Amino acid sequence: MSLLQITNLSVEIEDRPILEQINLSIDSGQIVAVTGESGSGKSMTALAVMQLLPSGSVQKGEIDLNGQNLLGLSEAQMCNLRGAAVGMVFQEPMTALNPVKTIGDQVAETILIHKATSPDKAYEKTRDVLIRVGLPPDRFPLSRYPHELSGGQRQRVVIAMAIALRPKLLIADEPTTALDVTTQAQILGLLKGLVKEYGMGLLMITHDLAVVADLADRIVVMRNGIVVEEGETQHLLSNMKHPYTRMLFEASGHQVELPKTPKPRVLLEVADVVREYRLPRGRLFENPKHHRAVDSVSFTLNSGERLGLVGESGCGKSTLTRAILGLEDVQSGQIRLDGQPVFTGHKPNLEVRRKLQVVFQDPFGSFNPRHRVGRLITEPLHLLETPPTQAERHHRVAEMLTAVGLNPDDAGKYIHEFSGGQRQRIAIARALIIRPELILFDEAVSALDVSVRAQILDLLAKLCREYHLTYLFISHDLSVVRTITDRVMVMRAGRIVEQGKTEHVFSDPQHAYTRELIAASPRLPEIKLAKTSY
Amino acid sequence: MLRYTLKRLMSLVISLVVSSVVIFAVIEVAPGDPASFMLGVNAQEDTLAALRAELGLDVSKFDRYLNWIGGMLVGDFGTSYTYRTPVSQMIADRLWVSLPLALYALALSTMIAFPAGIYAAARRGKPGDLAVMGATQLGIAVPNFWFAMMLVLIFAINLPWFNAGGFAGWESGLWVGLHSLTLPAIALALPQAAILARVMRSALLDILGEDYMRTARAKGLSRRQALWRHGVRNALIPVLTIIGLQFSFLLAGSIIIEQVFYLPGLGRLVFQAISARDLIVVESVVMLLVFAVITVNFLVDLAYAAVDPRLRSRT
Repeated sequence: MSLLQITNLSVEIEDRPILEQINLSIDSGQIVAVTGESGSGKSMTALAVMQLLPSGSVQKGEIDLNGQNLLGLSEAQMCNLRGAAVGMVFQEPMTALNPVKTIGDQVAETILIHKATSPDKAYEKTRDVLIRVGLPPDRFPLSRYPHELSGGQRQRVVIAMAIALRPKLLIADEPTTALDVTTQAQILGLLKGLVKEYGMGLLMITHDLAVVADLADRIVVMRNGIVVEEGETQHLLSNMKHPYTRMLFEASGHQVELPKTPKPRVLLEVADVVREYRLPRGRLFENPKHHRAVDSVSFTLNSGERLGLVGESGCGKSTLTRAILGLEDVQSGQIRLDGQPVFTGHKPNLEVRRKLQVVFQDPFGSFNPRHRVGRLITEPLHLLETPPTQAERHHRVAEMLTAVGLNPDDAGKYIHEFSGGQRQRIAIARALIIRPELILFDEAVSALDVSVRAQILDLLAKLCREYHLTYLFISHDLSVVRTITDRVMVMRAGRIVEQGKTEHVFSDPQHAYTRELIAASPRLPEIKLAKTSY
Repeated sequence: MLRYTLKRLMSLVISLVVSSVVIFAVIEVAPGDPASFMLGVNAQEDTLAALRAELGLDVSKFDRYLNWIGGMLVGDFGTSYTYRTPVSQMIADRLWVSLPLALYALALSTMIAFPAGIYAAARRGKPGDLAVMGATQLGIAVPNFWFAMMLVLIFAINLPWFNAGGFAGWESGLWVGLHSLTLPAIALALPQAAILARVMRSALLDILGEDYMRTARAKGLSRRQALWRHGVRNALIPVLTIIGLQFSFLLAGSIIIEQVFYLPGLGRLVFQAISARDLIVVESVVMLLVFAVITVNFLVDLAYAAVDPRLRSRT
């Protein structure tokens, strides 16, 4: 008998079908990955097992845990199971912990709420669990608060809460999506180790197919609330039957063809740039310390070249980006575009600003929801000395919308009428309308589903051919940077530790950190690409 | 925590100095002679001169400011022009009514608002929530003097449980004093409780959508346990802000209620002093209220830090 057996599970929320006839099973000691794009119902499946679906959900079918149908249980009975028989780890470690309680109290709560042991024993057990997840109390006392820990450490606390009572089933909903690659590798290793040691079943929800392929014993592919394909990992990878599965894997490893770079002509020059932040004083009258976010960074970017910048969170990528955009002054060093400084004195130089545009990560937060698309796109035009006429604006908007694969009529719509991928196209149109010499893509495809991401990458390659773009592509995703750039820089702790032709750096990394990064990034096995590229 | 407290204390002192300068400037240095303003346009020249001397207006502005501040620091607020009694004495008498009344009303309002807000948030959209929301809507809409009159009508006239007005004084005992402040305190507390309950409810509803509430449920806490253990403390920050604002209002803004119940409170003192153009009293009471507001803000800041550990480590 399986540990978890979901049979013909259907869920409706306010008459809208969310899940349809889901079948899924997990044995003890097995890792089953449920994968799919946003809206596929993978998280809802996890929440259904926890019986924590949004209120107003109607469920049909069976969810058997250890032979007990969870749909027949009362809320009080479910409370007894949650945390004890089945634990759950969530995506966002930054917000999954209560900010006003210590980590010790929060982990011990799992033990205490189920009255598993006496209070002092509960704290003893808490210490043991925290040691197991890699947070020894001599370095991470139980009295720490969540805000004193990094994202990876917080995720370890969340895992500790979920496994404190050694549940038979652990559900992990995108447990590493918000983490850096090296941290992700550690957390995945931890989860794998726990499954082996405790003989737990692990239901892993993730959109990242490379993670899935590495970790899971079985894979379940979902789309629009339906399981489209399911099978043992190696078997499924070598015989994908459903076109959607093939499309997903193909899109994950999507490659684009960039046009050749023209003859080198220096466009952007960054020379010895330093940006420091003052840290809060340790004591009242102590001299404040400084944190060097960007530490003597120098590089050049030629016209028509596509340059990548990779590194983990906190390495100084964003600070450097802001400095190039003239949004932030630097303490020393020079940033020049076409020979002109980005900053004159301590003011941004408008001459330079109009040659620069940026596309940000979040397609949902980077538009004013009250303006129509036409107005949103023409916004950069105010940087020009002689703003174009109304007719000229219309013409340009239509041209740009067509260029990014949208319809000129879309100019009259509001931003909420578009999907994430379409919004990112609009963001690109907005950046492109002023015909900038340089575009900065700041994690511009990181928030998108793989299939949409593949389309946007295709669009970028197309625009490179048509408009001869020069860009700096900032990302933590090595596989994307590998295909969309000619040259790449690896940044760590404010310094550029390695730079060179993208293919060289990835195939023959020189710096130890680059090697570490590449090793930590989950990879899609070669067979899959070969199989699916027909 | 110590550093946080010191920093807050520093900003308290700075706020006090700045506000004292502003009050002094507005009332004393603004164009026009306080003495002639107080005596009216038909005053005799020698009366004016005498009053100026009495008010200490015949020295430089800077000296006057120092005299004023220095006096207040040692409890000398000057002498009231209309009543011919020390202002400090007058304020002290009134404060013994207004301060307990404000605290009493605040305690009542909190005692009503917390359970009501939590109850409503826990039953969002259900009849219990709607009932609480309807009641608070009413509490906000109806002016407090109407509550006051209704209370008098019911509990003083129909039922002889309380006096219709007046203050018995603390000399006759704590219980007697509190008893005579009960009806005014309830009248003051009801609208405040209505506002506070709504703030509590909406703060809690925001918190209920937080990821850590879902984490708590995944650990096996029931909805109610999660609400009490993880929700309430996190919802306290906005609630504390409102409590701080309400206390300042209760201390100074209860003039209508004082009038209805015939209480010798600060609000009435200010009102009378303004009508009589007794600027010394006005100036002193305003400064005192500013002091109270700033002190309350300081206490609220400390309470924030007690609730939220992130504020303790931040600078």
